[in-house]
Amino acid sequence: MSGHDPSWQGLLSPLPGGDALSRRGFIKSVIATGASVSAMSWFPAPQGAARGAVGRLISLEVNGRTRRVDVLPQETLAMTLRYKLGLTGTKLGCDRAECGACTVMIDGVAHYSCSTLTQRVRGREITTVEGLEGPGGELHPVQRAFIDELGPQCGFCTPGQVMAAAALLRANPNPTRDAARRAMSGNLCRCGAYDHYLNGVMRAAREASGAARATGAGEVSHG
Amino acid sequence: MMNDMMTGFDLLQPTDLSSALDLLSRHGADAWPLAGGYDSFDWFKNRGKQPAVVIDLEGIEELRGVREGGPGPDGDRGVTIGAMTTLAAVEADPLIRSRYALLAAAAAQVASPQIRNAGTIGGNVCQDTRCWYYRYGMTCYRAGGNTCYAGAPGAMNREHAIFGADRCVAVTPSDVAPALVALDAEMIVRNARRETVVPAAEFFMPPGVDITRMTVLGERDLLTAIRVPGRWAGADFHFEKVADRKTWDFALVSVAAAVRVNGGVIEDARIVAGAVQCVPRRMTAVEDLVRGRPRDEETAEMAGELAVRGADPLDYNHFKIPLLGNLVKRAVRATS
Repeated sequence: MSGHDPSWQGLLSPLPGGDALSRRGFIKSVIATGASVSAMSWFPAPQGAARGAVGRLISLEVNGRTRRVDVLPQETLAMTLRYKLGLTGTKLGCDRAECGACTVMIDGVAHYSCSTLTQRVRGREITTVEGLEGPGGELHPVQRAFIDELGPQCGFCTPGQVMAAAALLRANPNPTRDAARRAMSGNLCRCGAYDHYLNGVMRAAREASGAARATGAGEVSHG
Repeated sequence: MMNDMMTGFDLLQPTDLSSALDLLSRHGADAWPLAGGYDSFDWFKNRGKQPAVVIDLEGIEELRGVREGGPGPDGDRGVTIGAMTTLAAVEADPLIRSRYALLAAAAAQVASPQIRNAGTIGGNVCQDTRCWYYRYGMTCYRAGGNTCYAGAPGAMNREHAIFGADRCVAVTPSDVAPALVALDAEMIVRNARRETVVPAAEFFMPPGVDITRMTVLGERDLLTAIRVPGRWAGADFHFEKVADRKTWDFALVSVAAAVRVNGGVIEDARIVAGAVQCVPRRMTAVEDLVRGRPRDEETAEMAGELAVRGADPLDYNHFKIPLLGNLVKRAVRATS
């Protein structure tokens, strides 16, 4: 953690990284294309924002597409996905990182989107439950297995359970039941269908590895 | 309330440490350094804290990762962990797993998988206490008031302290902290002017010294790294956390122990408890007792009894006394 001159001169110099320039360029491009999902008319411009503070017009990589969106500094990813991008498959249960209904993948890893600042995931690959479908609209193996094992009852926690399971199988295609239980432990189900979901995870792992063997490839085959 | 926004703040995303430290000095008490966010967002969403400026540390590469090499004469056997290293990365790191399985075990028991994927080791040890009177926004001693609601007659204090209460009866919530104290870790604290090295055992702030903060960190300071010396690398470790739920929950009592045994005799030991006091409770009397004794049932029994001596429970947390005694007993007895 060394190598930096702990002097005060940084106080007078602009933030490093060329951030301001690229942001200005980016805002220009957004205005030129007019493609941003804008909330500009709803919120007043921030008064006296601190120098170097993040801009509001940003690009997000969501489900393989680049989405331009107007995001407040304090906005969570769950809010952006649901209320700015229309991706309401991601549920808001507790909004306190205590239920898992808002689970999405960021760079393939499960995260609570209710407790992730959208501004923090610029340039990262965000996958929501809407992004799991195959090229022809087929269900993800986890979704199929959850149906077969009667996972969802009321269904509210299901998108989060699907994302947690998909993230697990991405990292570990053949988990033990205990590993799966542990990986799914950050998702509550008030209907209490935990064993059904767990059976679903194990079935999805089995079927995906079976499919991989059948096609002679290591890849999960859709459909 | 539930689905509304946090109140507004300016978000600064420095990409190197010196900029972050400069920003912290410039904004002082208005600024809030943001690590994983799982403590911060609770405060912000509940309006408990409303900083004007949030300094996001995520983009600072030099604060992340585990490197070989620690402090002291046997430093090459130690490790240095950037404060922004996620708990999941700590848990999975091969160096930590092979040398300090205690720390990997503690990190693996924090909260839930999703929280460990974003929550950091620095944030975990710097998080504020979870006393719900305080978190709810009551003007208790810790919040600058002149009473403790959790220690009052009839208060709900099942999760609170059995040792070392001084007006405040809140406990340290961190699972990782007792492990770091047991490993004699060093905390690297920086501000724009200087770097200070603080032993983990002195990093946490007892209420009798400063009741308004949980660590030695001032408002312009950052914990930048944690260095673990080689001293305890590969020792016999034991970590146990008891909570109401196996996931998400904070510990009711946790015990982290590092033991060196030679020919069946305990050469040296560190035994530290979490969630029984405002700071991780290093039990030096127990360590002194077991040093030089055989690692057997009799020693474990004595250690368990000594560990709880002097406990001063509140109305609803007497159960922590036998719980702590039993966990210490198991830690001394363990042969893993």
